[in-house]
Amino acid sequence: MDATMIRKDFPTLERHVHGRPLVYLDSAATSQKPRAVLEAMQRYYEDANANVHRGVHALAEEATELYEGARARIARFVGADPRGIVFTKNATEAFNILAYSYARHRLGPGDVLLATEMEHHANLVPWQLAQAEAGFDLRYVPVTPGGELDLEAFEAEVATGRVALFAVTAMSNVVGTINPVADLAAAVKAANRDALVVVDGAQSVPHLPTDLVALGADMLCFSGHKMLGPTGVGVLAGDPEILEAMPPFLGGGEMIANVTLEGATFNEVPYKFEAGTPPVAEVVGLGAAVDYLERLGMAEVRAHEVALLEAVLPALEGIDGVSVHGPTDPARRGAAVSFAIEGLHPHDIGTIMDREGVAVRAGHHCAKPLVRKLGSVATTRASFYLYNTLEEIPALVDAVETTKRFFDR
Amino acid sequence: MSMDDLYHEIILDHYKSPRHRASELEGAQVSVHHSNPLCGDELDLRLRVADGAIEDLAFDGDGCSISMASASAMGQAVVGRELGDAEDLAEAFRLMMHGEGHKREDDLADGIAFEGVAKFPVRVKCALLGWMALLDAIESYRGGDGRGSRDD
Ligand SMILES: Cc1ncc(COP(=O)(O)O)c(C=O)c1O
Repeated sequence: MDATMIRKDFPTLERHVHGRPLVYLDSAATSQKPRAVLEAMQRYYEDANANVHRGVHALAEEATELYEGARARIARFVGADPRGIVFTKNATEAFNILAYSYARHRLGPGDVLLATEMEHHANLVPWQLAQAEAGFDLRYVPVTPGGELDLEAFEAEVATGRVALFAVTAMSNVVGTINPVADLAAAVKAANRDALVVVDGAQSVPHLPTDLVALGADMLCFSGHKMLGPTGVGVLAGDPEILEAMPPFLGGGEMIANVTLEGATFNEVPYKFEAGTPPVAEVVGLGAAVDYLERLGMAEVRAHEVALLEAVLPALEGIDGVSVHGPTDPARRGAAVSFAIEGLHPHDIGTIMDREGVAVRAGHHCAKPLVRKLGSVATTRASFYLYNTLEEIPALVDAVETTKRFFDR
Repeated sequence: MSMDDLYHEIILDHYKSPRHRASELEGAQVSVHHSNPLCGDELDLRLRVADGAIEDLAFDGDGCSISMASASAMGQAVVGRELGDAEDLAEAFRLMMHGEGHKREDDLADGIAFEGVAKFPVRVKCALLGWMALLDAIESYRGGDGRGSRDD
């Protein structure tokens, strides 16, 4: 994989900011988009724009084929049954479907919903909302100071046999930690065969080869915009039988089988969970993004990011006063790298680095409990993707040095 | 627009040697906690009021240089002022941050160094954090409940 060649596919990467070539290190927030994705969406609007399903005219048929074709390719990309691919607005909405249509109905007093302290707010707040109504216990696997799950505490929770839903991220968006999801899922199921395993794939699906079955996940939530696709489309991928047994989330057109003034019967999955006109162009764009990733090969993407990590972790740690949060072994982490500069606040760091053309993110990254656990209210995060190059690492290091000098005046 | 517009010397000075920064304030009647949900900055502000004026204040918190330095400069500008006067000064500072004119420049004292922050929209909230806490603290004092907490 040649990242220098790949960059040519991404128009935004040609940009300059504040008079310097852009070094984009914020892909964990959202990735840049290759021309192939932008063109697929443009082509859809220019050639085949129509509402999907039930249309009898040519364009409606073509649009439906494009939409359903993308569903099939996205399903294959994560090892899921296409009937178990529900298109949502984003990963957040996918979690909300599960909280509303599963946790609220299936969990009650005496049940435990086990999440972890490492989760993004998207994999926390929907459960908290459901808990207020359903009255189950919401418990959390603690995170160690090194940014990994406390496995002993996890085992103790699972041993109670009360865990009815386990929600965990496959990869942390703050500290990069790759969790041993398959092992965790197996342990949860061994203690309670009926437990539902929900995996947050928002960071892992864009960066690691993914297979629903190998992960042991009943449900996997992810967002198109972090994996080269457009905003406005996310995916709830899961076991179609479990989805079938769940009541609908949103009501409206498309999700029904029959409607009378007295009531409605519902369409089969995945349509039952896709009320209203779906984001057709966005789904077509996400299909093109998946094609792009498959052409490169996810194993290659991962290998490229490991090579970047092998260079960037020691480069940052080598700067006086800089420390990196999370696992130090590239094999155990993804390319979201949070770091601290002694005595400086991430907000100030981010502002100065931006002036150097280096786009990083400063804040709590929508994971306040985790950032608190790291002993802070905010971190500075540099996150890498397939289009980042080894040549950009010196620019990052220089920007950090410049920031330190600026505040040492 | 340069980095020195944002990080004026006076700001860096307040950041490195904050005034009125302490975790306690003897005889304080009000204590408020404010945070900025966007970036996670946190600030506690305590006030001691006597004869309708701010006799002393103390802030503490975890935040960027702009938010902490602004609270420090604010302390210098408002101690000794009557409550209504302090509120008026807060409004003058807010207008300056939104690029809507200059009022009471002399009274803002070192606060005037934050003028350049107005050119960095994402940082305006940082500069306002302490002042918003002050307005809230004054309101709490008048309401007599003595406590407040808010996300700005
Ligand atoms: C780990 C993780 N989970 C969930 C989300 C939520 O994604 P979205 O905002 O696209 O719904 C994000 C993105 O910020 C994330 O990094």
